[in-house]
Amino acid sequence: MNGAQVEFRGLRRAFGTTVALDGLDLTVAPGELIALLGPSGCGKTTALRCVAGFETPDAGAVLVGGEDITRVPANRRDAGMVFQSYSLFPNLNARDNVAFGMRVRKVPAAKRHARAAELLELVGLPSQGGRYPHQLSGGQQQRVALARALALEPSVLLLDEPLSALDAKVRVTLREEIRRLQLSLGITTIFVTHDQEEALSVADHVAVLKDGRLEQVGTPAEVYDRPATPFVAEFVGTMNHLPGRLDGDQVEVIGQRLPVHGEVPAGPDVDVLVRPETVLVTAAHDGDAEVVTASFRGASVRLRLRLADGTEVLADLPGHDATRLGPGGRAFLRLVRRPVLVAPRATAPAKVPAAGV
Amino acid sequence: MAETSPAAPAAPRPGDRARAGGGGRRSLGWTAALPLLLFVGLAFGVPALALLAGAFTSEGAPSTANLTRSLQGAYLTALIGSVKLSALVAVVGAVLGTFLAQAVVTSPLRRLRDGVLTASGVLANFGGVPLAFAWIATLGNSGVLTTRLGLDAYGWSLYSFWGLALVYLYFSVPLMVLVVVPALDGLRPQWREAAQNNGATTWQFWRHVGIPVLTPALLGGVVLLFGGAFAAYATAAAMVGTVVPLVTLQIADALTGNVLIGYENVALALSFDMVVVAGLVMAIHLPLQRRSARWLR
Ligand SMILES: Nc1ncnc2c1ncn2[C@@H]1O[C@H](COP(=O)(O)OP(=O)(O)OP(=O)(O)O)[C@@H](O)[C@H]1O
Ligand SMILES: [Mg+2]
Repeated sequence: MNGAQVEFRGLRRAFGTTVALDGLDLTVAPGELIALLGPSGCGKTTALRCVAGFETPDAGAVLVGGEDITRVPANRRDAGMVFQSYSLFPNLNARDNVAFGMRVRKVPAAKRHARAAELLELVGLPSQGGRYPHQLSGGQQQRVALARALALEPSVLLLDEPLSALDAKVRVTLREEIRRLQLSLGITTIFVTHDQEEALSVADHVAVLKDGRLEQVGTPAEVYDRPATPFVAEFVGTMNHLPGRLDGDQVEVIGQRLPVHGEVPAGPDVDVLVRPETVLVTAAHDGDAEVVTASFRGASVRLRLRLADGTEVLADLPGHDATRLGPGGRAFLRLVRRPVLVAPRATAPAKVPAAGV
Repeated sequence: MAETSPAAPAAPRPGDRARAGGGGRRSLGWTAALPLLLFVGLAFGVPALALLAGAFTSEGAPSTANLTRSLQGAYLTALIGSVKLSALVAVVGAVLGTFLAQAVVTSPLRRLRDGVLTASGVLANFGGVPLAFAWIATLGNSGVLTTRLGLDAYGWSLYSFWGLALVYLYFSVPLMVLVVVPALDGLRPQWREAAQNNGATTWQFWRHVGIPVLTPALLGGVVLLFGGAFAAYATAAAMVGTVVPLVTLQIADALTGNVLIGYENVALALSFDMVVVAGLVMAIHLPLQRRSARWLR
């Protein structure tokens, strides 16, 4: 099984007045796992369905392995898909679900059963072949769906939020298994999710979508550390919005001057986007910030601090550093010296529009 | 499903009051069904017993003479006629009803769906003399359409086996629609897409997934239509009299002494034959149903 390159070229799709895809351009390299990330309704599923053939774009093209497949019927495409949930055929047991595509292709029974058993073993369900879908847990059902999607050795694997119906723990193990399997098979995989942690932890590249367009594509580290736009910064990870003043290519924020990166808006008053882990907190009786809340998260603690002017700042610090910083404690704040993104000042106390979670 | 419930066989542990309480409630739970049981006993059990007793009594003594007579000559013809008519109506009605339901379910017009469902609810309960009259006025010997279109020139007669089948289909098709629409609604679009994704054509999807998933509902519908047509009386009586031999018409004749008096017990024997036919239908239906719904358990 070898991966093919997948290319979205100016893909457009509108449903009535809703524009689901608005000229999506994206290239997925052979054998890589790309995560399509974005808020609800940004067109992730629609993009995936265009590759699977369940959706026909109004304009633009989808290319797989350099070949335009936009008009190829869904049942003749070379892509296996795992749906969000409950897509197993209820009248067939796990083995027959996996073997369905082979049955349709008239593969002899002995051969397809052997192959189905092999695939079930691959997804960690060697002894569940005889069970019907309703006798399997949600996680097991998605494993079977994965085996079914891989059964015809497609060159592209499409995953539409395959883990969103599962509980947190199963989600983490299963996403790691999907990644392991994907790496060993070398299959080009498009993984749709709106869970940024999921995207960052398994993907080779993360493509952030907004309103049917590509906002940024890059490695997880690039997208997290050097978000191209305030939208990406806001959507991937948590961001502080601190009031700042532009001064040439620098910005002044809580008494520090930091270099500005990315687009610079007009007007001197801006919001400076700062990650909680780049806020350094030093406990001090005469500190100018007061701890409002402290939430323990195992390895780290997230503090919410209030500055004298009322600005609230989130800061993450290692758990043992925070023992002296309970609510009511005082501290000094400093920002790690690195280029920051700035956004036009949000006039209302509300944050940047369309700010995601 | 219920018989495999793990809660049932658990022995009550000492001191486990919650469970003991639950057990107590369960053992008294059936009392709530008492009115229903009483009703069934009076309205179904007593007549059934009377029917049995009468069917096997001839001239005051136990006998199978009535039964033998009920399976001969005109009576046998009527019984077979009823079975044929009901089977035809059940199969044709199920097929037409299923296609109509599928057309409505997949239609983007919400109004069409609501309209057809409401109409089906009404028409499925349309029967008896009013139904017969509606058809006689429309397609009877001097019905509006018969005269306008000159149907009698083509040998059309409503008062025949096929005419009766047509009228029975008139309430059977809507009944089938009501039975299969929920089942069709239960077919998830993901199943069709997953099938396509695995290379299946539309036909292959229906063959391997759609029809098997629908089979329990379809079988149930066929049995329901069969039963409805088999037991129907008033429509047929008003329409065809005795032109088309049907067992229900024969029972009525025997009971009212239209032909000969003293045949009440033959009527009971005919009724008993009907019970046996219904039993046979169930005997075929239940194993099929169980087999087709294997994946549900
Ligand atoms: N079949 C359809 N008919 C009408 N509108 C649709 C249809 N499919 C999608 N849309 C609309 O297109 C937009 C994009 O939908 P899409 O399902 O691609 O979003 P998504 O990014 O997958 O969102 P989510 O994270 O909620 O799954 C949405 O506004 C949606 O309402
Ligand atoms: Mg989606």
